[in-house]
Amino acid sequence: MPSHERSFRTPAVILRRQDFGEADRLLVVLTPGHGKLRAIAKGARKPAARKTGHVELFALVDMLISRGRELHIVAQAETREPFLPLREDLVRGTYANHLVELLDRFTADQDTGRAEFDLLVSALGWLCTDADPRLVARYYELALLALAGFAPSLHQCAVGQESLEPQDQFFSPPDGGAICPEHRAGLERGTPLSLNALKALRYMQTRPWEAARVLNLNGPLHLELERVMLAYITYILEQRLQSVEFLKRLRREER
Amino acid sequence: MSKAVPQSVTQLIEAFSRLPGVGPKTASRLTYYLLRAPDEMTQTLAAALVDLKTKTRYCSVCFNITEDDPCPICADSGRDATQVVVVEEPLDVLAVERTGAYQGRYHVLHGAISPVEGIGPEDLKIRELVERVQKEGVLEVIVATNPGMEGDATAMYLQRQLAPTGVKTTRLARGLPTGGDLEYVDSITLLRALQGRHEI
Ligand SMILES: [Zn+2]
Ligand SMILES: [Zn+2]
Repeated sequence: MPSHERSFRTPAVILRRQDFGEADRLLVVLTPGHGKLRAIAKGARKPAARKTGHVELFALVDMLISRGRELHIVAQAETREPFLPLREDLVRGTYANHLVELLDRFTADQDTGRAEFDLLVSALGWLCTDADPRLVARYYELALLALAGFAPSLHQCAVGQESLEPQDQFFSPPDGGAICPEHRAGLERGTPLSLNALKALRYMQTRPWEAARVLNLNGPLHLELERVMLAYITYILEQRLQSVEFLKRLRREER
Repeated sequence: MSKAVPQSVTQLIEAFSRLPGVGPKTASRLTYYLLRAPDEMTQTLAAALVDLKTKTRYCSVCFNITEDDPCPICADSGRDATQVVVVEEPLDVLAVERTGAYQGRYHVLHGAISPVEGIGPEDLKIRELVERVQKEGVLEVIVATNPGMEGDATAMYLQRQLAPTGVKTTRLARGLPTGGDLEYVDSITLLRALQGRHEI
């Protein structure tokens, strides 16, 4: 890392922002080369802030960042990709919250690399297409888990290590993946995992997005995949997921 | 801080530095200014600070900060009760009032929806708004949340919640620069946005 320069240029995704002082905003941004950074955008709450622009949540922004003693300062900012559809569709926007929330929780400040940055930028872009946002979320979750070293075991039984037969299985977060009915017998953990769900997860775990995005899954299967993935993620993070609560609420109120 | 500075002075400097936009230097300057100021000035300030928390509350109708319940705007029979401007913060009410062009009432949400920060509809005065629309014969709800991700999400969510009531729901016209706060929009821009609002 070029740590001696006073300032550096970098693309950045705005992960979080909060009001700071009179008219400034404190930003948490994700960069490909410097990990997660906290920086002040001066005057960002004033509509006339020209130089630092309007650092909008989840936008991809080209930044000039000056190093400060305690906090970095955003000296210049120009939006490269605002991901506009996320602002015009409540459900897609909430899925974007979910992607960012996961990234924020899975990564400490400095250790985030280019792969996480590229994944997030790609996934925000996928959410702006007509792809099913549920598929985007599951695909992104699997990819992020792999980068964080938590890829679920989907080909071998996570308890006995033997190859899984083509049949209904169980999924056990503490064991880190799918487990077969025999090894599950007598264990208190694990929930049912249908063969179709297992196949869909394997497909998404091994194929590029362009192949995964055309998967046509029915409603109950989408719900099963969501249940399995969120149970696993919640187990790893030991925290409730906030954006998911809002997604579920929107779904409840839809009926 | 040095031992040469009395406890009562450091205490006030620290209290000032916790305020938004006030750094340690400004905090010291304010403190030493007050130290030299006439007694009655510091007493007025102290009394005002106490009153701020003991005499104010939320208006039970619009949830703006007020001393009297309902607040002067809700109590004013000359104001149009069929129009309600919905804002995020009490300061936004002042911004709209400054345009001098609005004669309806307000509803203060006290924030905006931000799932990533864990702020959901239940943390805001949204249920109260829907009840108010159902009970009080409101004909138009003008959503004036800040332009930007959270304000837009809040506006879309309000639209979903208000749709079953049949009320006309409008949003301030674009032209408000995205990302800026309503509080900082000049009156002319805000006035145009108010006049150019569109149905959502
Ligand atoms: Zn097994
Ligand atoms: Zn009121």
